[in-house]
Amino acid sequence: MAEAMIEFQSVTKQYQGGQPAVDNLTMSIDKGAITVLVGPSGCGKTTSLRMINRMVEPSSGTITVAGKDVSTVPAAQLRRSMGYVMQSSGLLPHRSVLDNIATVPRLNGVSKADARKRAAELLDVVGLASVLGKRYPSQLSGGQQQRVGVARALAADPPVLLMDEPFSAVDPVVRDELQQELLRLQRELAKTIVFVTHDIDEATVLGDKVAVFAVGGKLAQYAAPEEILRAPANDFVASFVGRDRGFRHLAFDVADSLRLHSVTMVGQTEGQSAGRRAGEWALVVDDESRPLGWSSPRDGAGLVPGGSLFHKGDTLRRALDSALSSPSGLGVAVDDDGRVAGVLKAPEVLALIEEVRRHREDAT
Amino acid sequence: MSNVFTDTIAWLTDPIHWTGSGGIPTRLSEHLQYSGLVLLIAAAIAVPVGLYIGHTGRGRVVAVAVAGALRALPTLGLLVLFALLAGSGLMPPVWALVILTVPPLLAGTYAGISSVDATVVDGARAMGMTELQILFRVELPNGLLVMFGGIRTAVLQVIATVSVVAYLPLGGLGRYLFDGLVLQDFPRMLGGSLLIAALAIAVDLVLAALQRMVLSPGLTLDSSGRHTAADDLTATAPAAAAIQGGTP
Repeated sequence: MAEAMIEFQSVTKQYQGGQPAVDNLTMSIDKGAITVLVGPSGCGKTTSLRMINRMVEPSSGTITVAGKDVSTVPAAQLRRSMGYVMQSSGLLPHRSVLDNIATVPRLNGVSKADARKRAAELLDVVGLASVLGKRYPSQLSGGQQQRVGVARALAADPPVLLMDEPFSAVDPVVRDELQQELLRLQRELAKTIVFVTHDIDEATVLGDKVAVFAVGGKLAQYAAPEEILRAPANDFVASFVGRDRGFRHLAFDVADSLRLHSVTMVGQTEGQSAGRRAGEWALVVDDESRPLGWSSPRDGAGLVPGGSLFHKGDTLRRALDSALSSPSGLGVAVDDDGRVAGVLKAPEVLALIEEVRRHREDAT
Repeated sequence: MSNVFTDTIAWLTDPIHWTGSGGIPTRLSEHLQYSGLVLLIAAAIAVPVGLYIGHTGRGRVVAVAVAGALRALPTLGLLVLFALLAGSGLMPPVWALVILTVPPLLAGTYAGISSVDATVVDGARAMGMTELQILFRVELPNGLLVMFGGIRTAVLQVIATVSVVAYLPLGGLGRYLFDGLVLQDFPRMLGGSLLIAALAIAVDLVLAALQRMVLSPGLTLDSSGRHTAADDLTATAPAAAAIQGGTP
């Protein structure tokens, strides 16, 4: 059992004359882990998050952080002891990127020079070029602004990070990138992160634990993401988790034991017509045997773009997707250097999925 | 051949009009002193109240109603009323002008503070800034662009309107207007008007330069690093407003 860092004890937030935004919430958030609060709009997830740093005051109940009741700490001081990342970056438009990152250390009385030095280091930590430090927020892209927002939250090295839908306003490709970066950062920093999102996919990718909220501010299920996908506690959770939950659940099983088959590989120059001559799909590769696409057995098709690639150590979800997205029906597996290691077949992936399921059944 | 324009140029360039206690430099300096005094007192009242209303959102309705009512007061009538009630001297007309200058300054200050993006303020609060830190380190610097619009409008209005104190009679460039009217000396009236207009433009240019100095480049740069149109927008707005404010 992990040590608790943040605890909600019978916390209710009720605005005048309305339904409770958060209704008698009791939950404990693990230290050094990512806990995701997820649910539809109006479920009280953001309100719950904002009660942790007293941006919202609860109507009743207590919240403790590291054993201390937050209502006994002056609000401004409490907030400085926690990082906060919001949906729109919320950066100060009139300050440079470096000075934005240096905000909290400066509030804490760190000298300007020291705070800026630390800010420059953080720019690197969140994967931004140091030249960006002198720019202003309006000169950055949405994704870059969110990275600065994360750097700003980390500047005073707080043990707790509160993140309120930080990636929901950026495009899907950038979001994916930011999620992976957050996981990489978390492996190094091991902060206690409370992360709010309305996106169940994001919740299962990031969360060590996921709390699903139902409308009316009730906690519907609080468990590891695998468990929420495999065994939703009730109809609400099942419908919120969605139709593809079976498929998404495959993202938690590693497909190491899959057998890789050999495939006809041809170079780029002879590649175009190789499939037709061989009478079957041939994989076209470059000089380093990295996959370029497929050559069709049919006439005149030329080079057909390939599907997603399966890397060693990837999950069953990626294995199945590589086979299903490939025009030849064969998923291309590559090694760490991106060289073709072999191909995998959809029926074998399905067989492995069934095997994993039986294995789990036996274990419980 | 002589007409009112060449006569006006002759009046303006006559060295006699540039010396002595009734000379242009003296009148100009009086005009600036009256304007400065009015602005100082009005700002001391309007800016703190505007900051408070902008930050808290409290008293907004009352302030807008009072400011609107004050704006509707006739300048000359107010001036004469104050002079009749409080007697002669400098201060009664100054107070009358303060009453007319507070509304635009208050509205400008309030509008500037409340124009700051609510998420920026929310972010600053979540970082752990106190309310005073939010006001002075976030709302004030980010509201300056809009605030400058109000300040420049008010300054131009004061410079134009201070002319009426000559009616009481006090000094300032307004002297040339009232004296010229009494004496049917049209070159003098036109010369005085041109001087007032030139002073207003000169002061506005100084304020525009000041605005460029104190505004953070982060507020007027777009993503490619160019200055945005908003930069120049405020420069044209007060000029139009000054025309309205300039009719006593």
